[in-house]
Amino acid sequence: MLRENAEISPPLPWPTQDGSRVPFGVFTRHDVFDREQEAIFRGPVWNYVALEAELPQPHDFKTSFVGDTPIIVSRAEDGSLHAFVNRCAHRGATVQRQACGNTRQHRCVYHQWSYNARGDLVGVPYRRGVAGMGGYAADFDPRDHGLTKLRVASHKGVIFATFRSDTAPLEDYLDEPLLAAIDRLFSRPVKVLGHMRQRVRGNWKLYAENTRDPYHAALLHGFHATFGLYRTNQKRKGGSDRARAHSTGVTYGDDWRQAEQSGNIEQDKFVANYSLADPSLLEGRPDFNDGVTVSITSIFPCLVIQQIMNTLATRHIRPKAADDFELYWTYFGYQDDDEQMTACRLKQANLVGPAGLISMEDSEAIELIQRAIVRDGREDSFLEFGGLQADLDKDRTGEATIRAFWRYYSGLMGRPDGTRGNGAEA
Amino acid sequence: MTGAPSQAYDAIRALEYRYARLLDDDRLEEWPSLFVERGVYKVIPRENLDRQPPLPIFFCDSRAMMQDRVRSLREANVYNLHYARHVVSNIEILSAREDIFEVAACYTVYQTDLEGQTRLFSVGQYRDVITNGGGELKFQEKVAVCDTFNIPNLLAIPL
Repeated sequence: MLRENAEISPPLPWPTQDGSRVPFGVFTRHDVFDREQEAIFRGPVWNYVALEAELPQPHDFKTSFVGDTPIIVSRAEDGSLHAFVNRCAHRGATVQRQACGNTRQHRCVYHQWSYNARGDLVGVPYRRGVAGMGGYAADFDPRDHGLTKLRVASHKGVIFATFRSDTAPLEDYLDEPLLAAIDRLFSRPVKVLGHMRQRVRGNWKLYAENTRDPYHAALLHGFHATFGLYRTNQKRKGGSDRARAHSTGVTYGDDWRQAEQSGNIEQDKFVANYSLADPSLLEGRPDFNDGVTVSITSIFPCLVIQQIMNTLATRHIRPKAADDFELYWTYFGYQDDDEQMTACRLKQANLVGPAGLISMEDSEAIELIQRAIVRDGREDSFLEFGGLQADLDKDRTGEATIRAFWRYYSGLMGRPDGTRGNGAEA
Repeated sequence: MTGAPSQAYDAIRALEYRYARLLDDDRLEEWPSLFVERGVYKVIPRENLDRQPPLPIFFCDSRAMMQDRVRSLREANVYNLHYARHVVSNIEILSAREDIFEVAACYTVYQTDLEGQTRLFSVGQYRDVITNGGGELKFQEKVAVCDTFNIPNLLAIPL
């Protein structure tokens, strides 16, 4: 459990309370990383762990992570969802070694202690001993030796877990604009098309910043400009929760929206006037009738849900060390996709992931930062683009959402002066 | 081994080596020319192989699409500065009918950064369909199945 007011030595030198200055030490210090595991990932937050579509049947399971803690997400015989730490209650060995599968019992190979789909201990070899030797005492109760359980909640098939008993209900934690963003993408049953992984030599929060940062989009990612993929009447809007932990934003209003109004949507493309030698890359049908071509939703601490044209994915940020995280993409479509639509999603997968034409730059930018901040932990980054008074619900071009992330983060981590809270800027 | 299969093997090996050398010499613009016009190139994470169809992380199904990818790498994308080294081995002809060969090979790709430090970037298997296109062998399909499906940083240069 979280120890309140646990000491950080030396304390984080936040130069301002508004999130506009971030000391580089938060990206490099191992003590900060350890503290995050307790105060953030095992704190009062909901961590994304999997999609229900990855474990549709009773006894299906998938291994995942909460922070750097390995867990098993599983579906019991009655369809209920469960999550527990993937570490044997006997001697601490990894219990489930497969990435996913279907099993009635998760059996540790070391001494064959077995657990059911709820993480309860159901099998202990030689529990009563053999010929009077070995075994456990008469008062040994398997109920005291289950796997460490997390609370689980699912919204529209997106599964979250928390270590804490006092974490607010999931719907309250996510709040209205985020629920709407999830509802939109998960309005129909989804099917998982596969996974993509990349291992980044950088701090996980650099990626959290990146997905709340509209400033970099057209500057770092050159694909659209190079191939003339500009739309004339494109707009952005977005929203945030009351606590300002999360962010969701969309880009909408473009040429095919106009085409839709002319009743010509089926034949239309997302874009026109581009210079691809093979335009089939961008041939698709809009999944929604709202004109939104890009939707990026960042849910504190470790989830990004994206729609970019016909690409749909969750991105799970899995921290490994202060300077190391895995980015785990679950790429999906809808169960009612026809063959043509699936083919289109597979081709548009070129846009995203570790080899993505519009995404490969992000991890490189993160590694460039991590490499340069090795020594000057008390120096800081500068986050004032768009001004300090920006309205988070209206201004979707500046760095306001990144500052909000840092205020929420530092509130959970505890301030050097011992106060907690999320700062003054609304 | 008789003369004819040995000749075919030599020609296939030469194509595989040439593929590796063009990429390692940064002759990306020539990379699509090793494929037939409607050639397919895919990079598939090994963990996706048990799905039908398996999700690729890099996918071209025409030479034009490969040219777009190369143009994007040259003009648009930002990626880690490095030298690549493709090592191709264990080349095996799995089947041969008329002028179409199914070929399996192992690949290893090292990356060396601008300070001369080398790391193993990716290891895996090529699953190729090679055909006689206009008097020389070309790839009708080249699938790189990555054992290293947790991609270090990013994948820019084709495997």
